[in-house]
Amino acid sequence: MDLTGKNVTLHDMSLRDGMHAKRHQLSLEQMVAISTGLDDAGIPLIEVTHGDGLGGSSLNYGFPAHTDEEYLNAVIPKMKNAKVSALLLPGIGTVDHLKMARDCGVNTIRVATHCTEADVSEQHIGMAAKMDMDTVGFLMMAHMVSAEKILEQAKLMESYGANCIYCTDSAGYMLPDEVSEKIGLLRSELNPNTELGFHGHHNMGMAIANSLAAVDAGANRIDGSVAGLGAGAGNTPLEVFVAVLDRMHANHGVDLYKIMDVAEDLVVPLMDQPIRVDRDALTLGYAGVYSSFLLFAQRAEAKYGIQARDILVELGRRGTVGGQEDMIEDLALTMAKEKGLI
Amino acid sequence: MSKKLKAVIIGPGNIGTDLLMKMQRSEWVEPVWMVGIDPESEGLKRAKEMGMKISSTGIDGMLDQVIKDDIRVAFDATSAYVHAENSRKLNELGVIMVDLTPAAIGPFCVPPVNLKKHASQLEMNVNMVTCGGQATIPMVAAVSQVQAVEYGEIVATVSSRSIGPGTRQNIDEFTRTTAGAVEAVGGADKGKAIIIVNPAEPPLMMRDTVHCLTKEKPDQAAITTSVHNMVREVQKYVPGYKLVNGPIFDGNKVSVFMEVEGLGDFLPKYAGNLDIMTAAGLRTAEMFAEEAYNGTITLPERG
Repeated sequence: MDLTGKNVTLHDMSLRDGMHAKRHQLSLEQMVAISTGLDDAGIPLIEVTHGDGLGGSSLNYGFPAHTDEEYLNAVIPKMKNAKVSALLLPGIGTVDHLKMARDCGVNTIRVATHCTEADVSEQHIGMAAKMDMDTVGFLMMAHMVSAEKILEQAKLMESYGANCIYCTDSAGYMLPDEVSEKIGLLRSELNPNTELGFHGHHNMGMAIANSLAAVDAGANRIDGSVAGLGAGAGNTPLEVFVAVLDRMHANHGVDLYKIMDVAEDLVVPLMDQPIRVDRDALTLGYAGVYSSFLLFAQRAEAKYGIQARDILVELGRRGTVGGQEDMIEDLALTMAKEKGLI
Repeated sequence: MSKKLKAVIIGPGNIGTDLLMKMQRSEWVEPVWMVGIDPESEGLKRAKEMGMKISSTGIDGMLDQVIKDDIRVAFDATSAYVHAENSRKLNELGVIMVDLTPAAIGPFCVPPVNLKKHASQLEMNVNMVTCGGQATIPMVAAVSQVQAVEYGEIVATVSSRSIGPGTRQNIDEFTRTTAGAVEAVGGADKGKAIIIVNPAEPPLMMRDTVHCLTKEKPDQAAITTSVHNMVREVQKYVPGYKLVNGPIFDGNKVSVFMEVEGLGDFLPKYAGNLDIMTAAGLRTAEMFAEEAYNGTITLPERG
């Protein structure tokens, strides 16, 4: 694979996807320390919101330590070069949240839908594009359908005004060939000016390999997370990816030692549990289940005595999609009843 | 006089057709007119075959028949954009409007919670909130009728096949309207609504999760009884309304997990979200009919 001279825009997820791993409890001080460290290291784009995006604050996904507005207002004024993005899932957040984020100084809005439901994003993508924001369409759980279906849905988002489309491996299920095929088809069929991005999870140990495959196939934005802080086994670990891109002579604009230090000195110490491919995270990848289900399934195991792994496999069998966290307790209760545990 | 109220259904799509099929079994409401805007539409043809009078030029095509045919109740299953005009024109002629669109110009109506009140006051326009609202607000109310609810949150998961382009283009309207009704009808101080669209095949049954935070420690026995009673109330018009798990108590959090299976009239059984709207709309009109028959309300005078 030759990535020599390719330009890669790295997008940090530790303060958004990482919120899943922190049960949305990062403090304002932690957010500011990590984001300023990333800014100083040269990371151009940093996502800041509740793990489930703007408006994610809920009993279903968890109440955060602070509101999205508080986090954004704490981080954005401290940025020297980095821009800040916010995620929005239609059905959870609304255009009111989007306008709030814009007023806080958010540069990039990423509107996320399940990979077959792009048409619920029209009002949000349209509004963000109308406000001249960097507008990204983010197709989640992209492993569940064919490359042709992803293209069809990407074209919808493009038609609503998205200037960048993401193929998102929310379950950490994909292997590099699948990434190449999907990104490759998007690259050949979408408007040449439309940027492409890839968002990986490390549940099958493939995050770095998949991200490289994505760049090779034509993606220029790659999501990662410093020290991998993210849902499931975490996102593509940014400091590792930077080192790999260095070795491959791709252009990324990030200082390797500085980002290593952010990972080691700031992020690893605040982890509540090691972010690694444990058996439950591996099950997410293997069964194709949304990564943020991990801690919910582990809590259900502790409460109802049903193995997290069994819950996750059943959730995969039922075709659950992102956001269906409420199914986890419901299913654990049903399984516990069947086993006579409650 | 017949005890049945004669009805016009506006909008011959999925909702309007399902409503028509349910209404044909009703003891209290008799479908007479189906109104559309496309003479070639499948829905109008179907309604005609089912013995309905049809207008293919909107309600303007039948307004002059309202008095002659003694039409007393209208169901609007079109869109928020045209609802206000439909409602104004029909209300003027003394027709009660049941609004199945998101327009919500009249008060929210969730039958087991506040229908009796609307009927006794002869509200001339009631709004049926949203499918997620119909499925979940009875549960929020079941808790708030026992003790104060600080926060109510509902998560509605519906099959991709069961939600149409209108809902998709304005999904914010669903979350806002539902959250508003969790407060106004459910009785929560603050409401939050989430909708998830799932494309699994075969399509999944509508699922709903309701979480409430009570102000004081929850009275588990009283809330459990109240929830079971409320489930039975909803089952009177939606037999497939089922409590799957709960109520579960965790500190001040009360959670119930529901499933809604439709009757499978025109819409498939998995589309419990659409079924609960049509069933609630019909139940609403039936209550007005019962009250009028019992003489507790007097329908607008006609010459």
